[in-house]
Amino acid sequence: MTPIEKVEGRAIPFGLKNVDTDVIIPAKWLKTISREGLGQGAFETLRADPDNLFDRPEFQRAPILIAGDNFGCGSSREHAAWALGDLGIRVVIAPSYSDIFSGNAVKNGILPVVLPQAAIDRLMAVAATDPIHVDLDTQTVTTPFQDRFTFDIDPFRKMCLLQGLDEISLTEKSEAAIAAHEQKIAKTQPWLTPTLA
Amino acid sequence: MTRPRTLYEKIWDAHVVEQRPDGTCLIFIDRHLVHEVTSPQAFAGLRASGRTVRRPDLTLAVPDHNLPTTARQDAAGNRLPIADLESAAQLAALAQNAPDFGIRYIDAVAAEQGIVHVVGPEQGFSLPGTTIVCGDSHTACHGGIGALAFGIGTSEVEHVLATQTLLLQPAKTMEVRVEGEVGRGVTAKDVILHITGTIGAAGGTGHVIEYTGSTIRALSVEGRLTVSNMAIEGGARAGLIAPDATTFAYLKGRPYAPKGADWDAAVAYWTSLATDPGATYDKIVVIDAADIAPSVTWGTSPEDVVPITGLVPAPDSFADSSKQAAAAKSLAYMGLEPGTRMQDVAIENIFIGSCTNSRIEDLRAAAAVLKGRHKAAGVKWAIVVPGSGLVKAQAEAEGLDRIFTDAGLEWREPGCSACLGMNPDKVPAGERCASTSNRNFVGRQGPGSRTHLVSPAMAAAAAVTGRLTDVRELMD
Repeated sequence: MTPIEKVEGRAIPFGLKNVDTDVIIPAKWLKTISREGLGQGAFETLRADPDNLFDRPEFQRAPILIAGDNFGCGSSREHAAWALGDLGIRVVIAPSYSDIFSGNAVKNGILPVVLPQAAIDRLMAVAATDPIHVDLDTQTVTTPFQDRFTFDIDPFRKMCLLQGLDEISLTEKSEAAIAAHEQKIAKTQPWLTPTLA
Repeated sequence: MTRPRTLYEKIWDAHVVEQRPDGTCLIFIDRHLVHEVTSPQAFAGLRASGRTVRRPDLTLAVPDHNLPTTARQDAAGNRLPIADLESAAQLAALAQNAPDFGIRYIDAVAAEQGIVHVVGPEQGFSLPGTTIVCGDSHTACHGGIGALAFGIGTSEVEHVLATQTLLLQPAKTMEVRVEGEVGRGVTAKDVILHITGTIGAAGGTGHVIEYTGSTIRALSVEGRLTVSNMAIEGGARAGLIAPDATTFAYLKGRPYAPKGADWDAAVAYWTSLATDPGATYDKIVVIDAADIAPSVTWGTSPEDVVPITGLVPAPDSFADSSKQAAAAKSLAYMGLEPGTRMQDVAIENIFIGSCTNSRIEDLRAAAAVLKGRHKAAGVKWAIVVPGSGLVKAQAEAEGLDRIFTDAGLEWREPGCSACLGMNPDKVPAGERCASTSNRNFVGRQGPGSRTHLVSPAMAAAAAVTGRLTDVRELMD
């Protein structure tokens, strides 16, 4: 996964609330067995409208997306994160996310920034004309107009994003603890290992 | 004395392999369910890194999302080809990956095949007190038998395949207590639609919801699976219902359920999991069952719920401005005018199925309404899709299939079907569907499709009249 520290560029002032992952990437795009190329299907239903934000020249390869409350709700499809990544998005800024989406985003090097609605409203206004700067190290979002918003992030997620860490390699270091748990279960709850009668 | 704990805390504590200083825990996963859509990239990742599946014995794979629900074999038993080549390739990838990695695999033509969330409990593979994951958000379903079950993304699927664990932050706890006897025509589906309308689509975000109270206790296991299934529609990654005698009676004798002395030990353990008196939740919502009517959605978020006797709301009836904008957008998409009686909304399509409502009890409820009746002329497409081959066989043994076909509905093979617009079962653009599934999102049942979420009995009632209908009018 590509590490992420500072991102500066245009931000798509999308702002909609309760955007589900079916909207981010419709089911017909889930038939792929690869992670690549899903940007084509990203927000397909919205992009059917010729005036849509995503296809405006100024937002091509914009690295930031500003969204409303409960972004990425619904289906667990990681294809949503892959599709955003393929569009060039590295940061989403919203008041809240579905739990599954924010996890998927982090695992794909996309930073989900949480800011209150008032900050979102201000950033939406700025994004219409000017770039936005996001710094993960200092946990700040700034604009060319001296706006400065700080955000919270789970320290483990921050570390994974800053270092581009592969979580599986990290977990494999806990092999002894996993094996110990398995042995304990085998002894105290043998019925947890499924066998056919 | 130990601190009183909730059901969630007890299951969590029993699965902590390691705790990090920041509170993140490495959690052991007891059961991993795998289907064809969210697993190919995970298996590809294992191959690329030279990793194996750590516990194939705790993993069960079954195809469901892409499978057409029309006949899978010809009269001679030969497999019929799947016309959509991408679907066929994805299904073939699972059929190959499962044996390659030593995983149990239920084939598309096996009697046990079905929707992964129907198959797990039905096979006794899903058990109370276990941690269950699957690359599908409706994994919340298995909380209906008291398992801590939640949907994960494909990176997490790969992580579980490789390590049988997940790195997680503990969730907050939320109690949704429903008390009292439900009224006539009110089913588990109406209970969860009402709850979702009450708490909102993000009401449970960051929480695990435990459903408690006399209304929940009175539900069958099928009904509890329906309620917990839609925890995710309220924003909660998982739902939970404490396992009790109803749960144990359902599980006893199922193929992978514990046997003999193991069964007794398991029941004793499961019984100990109930939330302790005095344990506290971070959030509590109390609902009076008397307030729950047969319910229906009007918009494109599962929180857009009204009683069937209600009206399409006006956007300016909502307090919050972003909800007003969302409602206006929803109504435009749904082609509905504020103030319209829900019962005047004409329906062209009926879908009875999905991991929410495709179990035997659901089919019995729909058949009870359809018996001796016929679908209305305006209903162009009406399908009944059993949740598994075993549900299908049981329904046929009870003669339910004949009731459906005599009423002009199609009786199909098990799968996810028209819940998600991925296989051939889709709702045409601009048309409405009374659907027993779980999501009324824009385009969910096919591009331009308009979904009204209802219970199986309400879907059957809509089939009979050709409009959204109060099922109580068709009951004796």
